[in-house]
Amino acid sequence: MSQTSPPTDDGLVQLLTPTGERVPHPDLDARVAHLDADGLRALYRDMVLVRRFDTEATSLQRQGELALFAQGLGQEAAQIGSAHAMTPHDHVFPSYREHGVAHVRGVDLAQVLRLFRGIDHGGWDPVAHGFHLYTLVIGSHTLHATGYAMGLQRDGLVGTGDPERDAAVVVYFGDGATSQGDVNEALVFAAVNNAPVVFFCQNNQWAISEPTTKQARVPLADRGPGFGVPSVRVDGNDVLATYAVTQQALERARTGGGPTFIEAFTYRMGAHTTSDDPTRYRTSAEEEYWRRRDPIDRLRLHLEELGELSAEFVEQVADEADALGERIRTEVRAMGRPSSASMFEHVYATPHSVVEGERAWFERYEASFTDAGQSREGSHR
Amino acid sequence: MPTYQQFPLPDAGEGLTEAEIVAWHVAVGDAVEVNQTIVEIETAKSLVDLPSPWTGIVSAILVEPGQTVDVGTPIIEIDTDPTGEAPAPATGHGGAIEHGHRGGGDRHAGVEPGGADEVAAVREQAEAARRTAQVQAHEEHAAGLDRGTTAPGSRTAGRRSGDATASRAAAGLGGTPAERTSAGLTSGATGGGTTGTSGSAPAVTSAGGATTSAGGTDAAGEGRQAVLVGYGLADPGATRRPRGGAPSAGTAGATATAAGGVPGQAASAAPRAAAHALAKPPVRKLARELGVDLDSVTPTGPGGIVTREDVLAHAAQAEARTLATYPGDDKPWLASGTVSPDGRQTRVPVKSVRKRTAEAMVTSAFTAPHVTVFHTVDVTRTMRLVERLRADKEFADVRVTPLLIAAKALMLAVRRHPEINASWDDAAQEIVYKHYINLGIAAATPRGLVVPNVKDAHRLSLLELARGLGELTATARAGRTSPSDMADGTITITNVGVFGIDTGTPILNPGEAAILAFGAIRLQPWVHKGKVKPRHVTQLALSFDHRLVDGELGARVLADVASVLADPAQGLVWG
Repeated sequence: MSQTSPPTDDGLVQLLTPTGERVPHPDLDARVAHLDADGLRALYRDMVLVRRFDTEATSLQRQGELALFAQGLGQEAAQIGSAHAMTPHDHVFPSYREHGVAHVRGVDLAQVLRLFRGIDHGGWDPVAHGFHLYTLVIGSHTLHATGYAMGLQRDGLVGTGDPERDAAVVVYFGDGATSQGDVNEALVFAAVNNAPVVFFCQNNQWAISEPTTKQARVPLADRGPGFGVPSVRVDGNDVLATYAVTQQALERARTGGGPTFIEAFTYRMGAHTTSDDPTRYRTSAEEEYWRRRDPIDRLRLHLEELGELSAEFVEQVADEADALGERIRTEVRAMGRPSSASMFEHVYATPHSVVEGERAWFERYEASFTDAGQSREGSHR
Repeated sequence: MPTYQQFPLPDAGEGLTEAEIVAWHVAVGDAVEVNQTIVEIETAKSLVDLPSPWTGIVSAILVEPGQTVDVGTPIIEIDTDPTGEAPAPATGHGGAIEHGHRGGGDRHAGVEPGGADEVAAVREQAEAARRTAQVQAHEEHAAGLDRGTTAPGSRTAGRRSGDATASRAAAGLGGTPAERTSAGLTSGATGGGTTGTSGSAPAVTSAGGATTSAGGTDAAGEGRQAVLVGYGLADPGATRRPRGGAPSAGTAGATATAAGGVPGQAASAAPRAAAHALAKPPVRKLARELGVDLDSVTPTGPGGIVTREDVLAHAAQAEARTLATYPGDDKPWLASGTVSPDGRQTRVPVKSVRKRTAEAMVTSAFTAPHVTVFHTVDVTRTMRLVERLRADKEFADVRVTPLLIAAKALMLAVRRHPEINASWDDAAQEIVYKHYINLGIAAATPRGLVVPNVKDAHRLSLLELARGLGELTATARAGRTSPSDMADGTITITNVGVFGIDTGTPILNPGEAAILAFGAIRLQPWVHKGKVKPRHVTQLALSFDHRLVDGELGARVLADVASVLADPAQGLVWG
């Protein structure tokens, strides 16, 4: 795919320039042709909402309401674009920064914060949303995703020609993860099994404090062909291009064409997590460069040029975003501590005698704290 | 209604325990919005901007820039409903009692009723103050300014303190705003006017004073202290706050102590303000068995839990008796002890040199397998050498003893068998061979056993070595041996002979592989050149760490030491 694309200076597939100019593309134009003004505005709205969520969650961490938060700031186009390319029966394996994808998959963003508040191991039903739980271990979930994709194959859910039936898997990971053994193993398995999985690498330039240049001497996308996995390098701040290449890769996967490696070239505008201080390892000039390539600005400029972005709409989205922020804040503050016993609930799908025994022991143990006439289950925090 | 919310310092990283306030971006009286950056803090990891959790008016800055406070310490107070009306006082009373009770009463069983009474008294006083100062009471700001004018010398500090005072008073009593504010005024008036004269106020005043970190120094110096019952000490560093009501501050003092023990711990323990002590079940059981009330124990465990040691310490403290009078009860080693009820035993806490000695001995004896080899040797020639050196002008100002020759002999032996001058690094699973000799000498001192060492003894001439040993023993006897004097020894001599003892099986100084015991030198019948003659004879014992020193090596080293002592001329051959 990438071989036939006219790349930018960076060798990236691009449909929207940083100034919002629509660039024609021989293969991909058809894939975005159906996105009319409403379609584009939907992308815009999602990106703005997710960014607002990001800001609010970061503040909540600073206010002591969350133990930790991983910002997605700057990566909205990569996430919203790719997520919009999916069908409901596709399945996503996110890492821990894919709040935009979660949002498009219908996960309530407040629920995402249960994990970051430290009161839940997950927060949502992965099956209901086709959106797996966040994985904090770097890259390990690429193996799970590949296995899941191979499962789809064996369940006869790939290449049937029935769009209602065919499904694929998308796994999200970062540039740092590409150095992990797990990711390489997953690529091996995916390639030789022709698994219907899209490896979506958000190259946000920094693996915490380690730059991509210390992870690879070639563009990360070049790793794919070595495994026999076709790859594409897309401008990750271009929501249209991200949408188009993901749709193309998913189509290939669903029709039995096998895996694809997508490198979405983007930038993490925020810190790695709230525990990180990026000023210690990168320059403000670099941040400024990327600020001028902002994914939301780009689509906004494009919509304005089309004359399809009314002030009312912008205001309406902004109000919606503020309402979302306030709802998130209120809901997070109200999140109580789950009962400790709830940790036993999701160990096995079916009742399990060992876990039951452990739960009984644990409940006795907890109860032993109450002999001073107090209940340990007070208000949380 | 005005609703005061305090923002506790969050953990901005993962598992950070404290942070320094770098700069406030808002001041008292400023309007703030949700998520507006209000303060910059510096954690162990980074500089971080903190956003306001609420919209409202800043009513107090509780921590000054430059101060480091624990996570959980309230740093700012914001009135989230500044235009509201004051509610009926009824609801406030319950809050006041509850808070006061927790802070002053529950935490210290012995003063529980008093604490509650005092709080109630303070509350009544606050009521009275509210009635007389209604108008100002609604305006904290005015109150703060008022404070400032009464203290012209420190107008700014006074104003800030006044604000903090009033508002923290509010938080402390947790009741109606009007009442809170007036309590603040009360305490301000009490402190500024008649320091420490009020009988009922101090319980609250000094507890509040403990929290007065924001007001800082000047204001506190005027005896103006804020009220914050139930929160204990907010600032572990503010040790110079005077207690306005010192004479009757017992309850408050107890509050502070009970809440955190020492100031450093208070801040972390205090915000929890747990109604009951936290402890693990086995510790609860222990407390029951010992009849210790857990709530009266000062917790030192993480998160303010009461540990086993806390319970034991509390029990021991409760049992303590004064020293009974009996013959010999003035012995220095009994000084810090407590006598058993029957007067037949004294229990002395293990500390200082005794504690270190015990730890070193246990560590050494139970990690290094000790082997000791012995050698009886005719040291007559060494004694002659000692006599000759004593007559030598060059050695006139140093003490020449057989130990000096033994030390030299040991170093010659080490030179021939450097493998013994080594250390077992268990963590790294490595043997560390030392290319220098720091010669340790076990010394009995008034404070107990210490083992200082002569640094780089292998480089010293006999005279320098004599001087080094002399200084080392003098320093030790004077009790001035520093930790660095004792650090990094490589091999040790213990001179048991000075006590008239023939020999012993010494325990290794930890981190070393060998120790030589030098016994008493006695004139004994000895076969010399085929005849029994009176000769100066001594016994040598060498203990070594059998992990890295084999029997053969140990034996060779001891044989070499003996060889030099038997004939110091051998030193010329090996030196």
